[in-house]
Amino acid sequence: MAVTPPKAGEIGGARNGSSGIAGALDSLASRSKAFWVVVSLGLFFAAWEIAGRVPISYAFPTFLETAAAFVEMLLDGSLIRSYLITLQPLVLGVAISAVLGVGLGIVMGLSNKAEWFLAPVFIVLQAAPMAALIPLVTFVYGIGLVAKTLAVILLALPVIVLNSYKAVRHVNPSLVDMCRSFQGTRMQQIVKIVVPDATPVLFAGLRLGVAAGFIGVILAELLITPTGIGDLITYYRSVAEYGHMYAAIASIIAVSTLTLAGLQHVELRYLRPEKRRK
Amino acid sequence: MAEPMRAPQSDDPALTVDDAIVEVRDICKHYGDVEALRGINLDFARGKMTTLLGPSGCGKTTLLKIIAGLIPATSGEIRINGRVVTGPGPERAFVFQDFALMPWATVMRNVAFGLELKGVAQAERERIARHYIAEVGLTGFEQKYPHELSGGMRQRVGLARAFAVDADVLLLDEPFSAVDEQNRRKFQEDLLALVERERKTFLFVTHSIEEAVYVSDRIVLFSPRPGRVSRIIEPSIDRSVPPDVIRRNGEYLDTVEEIWQGLRQYAE
Repeated sequence: MAVTPPKAGEIGGARNGSSGIAGALDSLASRSKAFWVVVSLGLFFAAWEIAGRVPISYAFPTFLETAAAFVEMLLDGSLIRSYLITLQPLVLGVAISAVLGVGLGIVMGLSNKAEWFLAPVFIVLQAAPMAALIPLVTFVYGIGLVAKTLAVILLALPVIVLNSYKAVRHVNPSLVDMCRSFQGTRMQQIVKIVVPDATPVLFAGLRLGVAAGFIGVILAELLITPTGIGDLITYYRSVAEYGHMYAAIASIIAVSTLTLAGLQHVELRYLRPEKRRK
Repeated sequence: MAEPMRAPQSDDPALTVDDAIVEVRDICKHYGDVEALRGINLDFARGKMTTLLGPSGCGKTTLLKIIAGLIPATSGEIRINGRVVTGPGPERAFVFQDFALMPWATVMRNVAFGLELKGVAQAERERIARHYIAEVGLTGFEQKYPHELSGGMRQRVGLARAFAVDADVLLLDEPFSAVDEQNRRKFQEDLLALVERERKTFLFVTHSIEEAVYVSDRIVLFSPRPGRVSRIIEPSIDRSVPPDVIRRNGEYLDTVEEIWQGLRQYAE
């Protein structure tokens, strides 16, 4: 499976280079992010293939075995069926965490009282080993969608809240003064200055939150009941088909990576257009 | 040679002017135990360029921000056009030392931002913004982002934004301190042309003596700890001649030297 490099990389690669293949390759190497992403992934997969062939462990498949298992699971529909199940608590949990987390974070950033009231809860939650709390969730909410969604939220929400809060606290005070000096209202100040200026850190928090959400959903599917991708991993481990097991694991990593890259694209495309011109 | 430094009184003829647009009355400012400004009384004449000059920590920027309504005074009052003000208002516009441009917005949107906040329709505010972008010499850069401009060009954007809201008083807080020397000179010359053309009142904070003498009708010297007005100088320099002639003018050089003699006691 190949990971598509983020869009930003293609801008550099599209520029014209000097004539000749070597020259073109050289200019590609010096300018294009995509080129280095491909080289990096290629080296990683090669190392994986060699490690699998040595083999370092009976349970460690080669890259090619894993890729073949991936194609097989994709074609027989089992991978897609699993994702339809896994994505439910994941999308629900991440969406709730994003909206609630950014909202709470902004309120905490703007108001000291909200900070004092809420920050300790999220600092404790972020420090707590969540895997240990998931059985507790099961006792209260059972083994269904609610419990799994909650597991995602427990992991994703604190990091989003705390980053959003820090993002708002670090807004350039000069820009806020500028807005005040032109008689901007408090609402204009928040919408036109605070949120856009906080966007880079806000999105850094969202990316961490989404990554934590992926951890949460896999933990839930491994610890609560095996469903979706968690079921694929558990099943293929129990029947010792390690190629398939690793294909399922690699696929969730790929989906997570692509989601994060997509999030970055949204940020650059719609919220901070100037960063694309750097 | 400089006359001995003395603290001018509020009835001092040098402090009051006819047709004052900005009146500063008994302004004091404390930051905790630190006294930043003590009993400032000053008038600023309509249509003139007045410079607040002094060493770091003399409270000149604090006074400018109090006049702008960005920070509250501990005591005293500010009157603009005879009316007491407590916060920012449409008759004043501020130019920031660090430019305060929105990095995510184009030059066009930055210049039009004051009008955007007031709810002016997009076509109208862009028409006005385009005019002032041309005034400060940035035509062709409307769709650029701030990071694509040099320091001098960024401050031109800040100046155009202040002009665009059509305020009577422009407050400039060390506008050239983050601009390199060559661009600063060019910018100062352009600023003089703009002062001539726009007929606004300028309050200008700087720590550069040459800059103060070169651009101002009136220079208010501050002394530090606590910040107070130590002297007022009105250089009578003929500004109708080319810039290089001004910089070699005897009156210009004498005034620079006179201010330096007054301020050198505060230098470390």
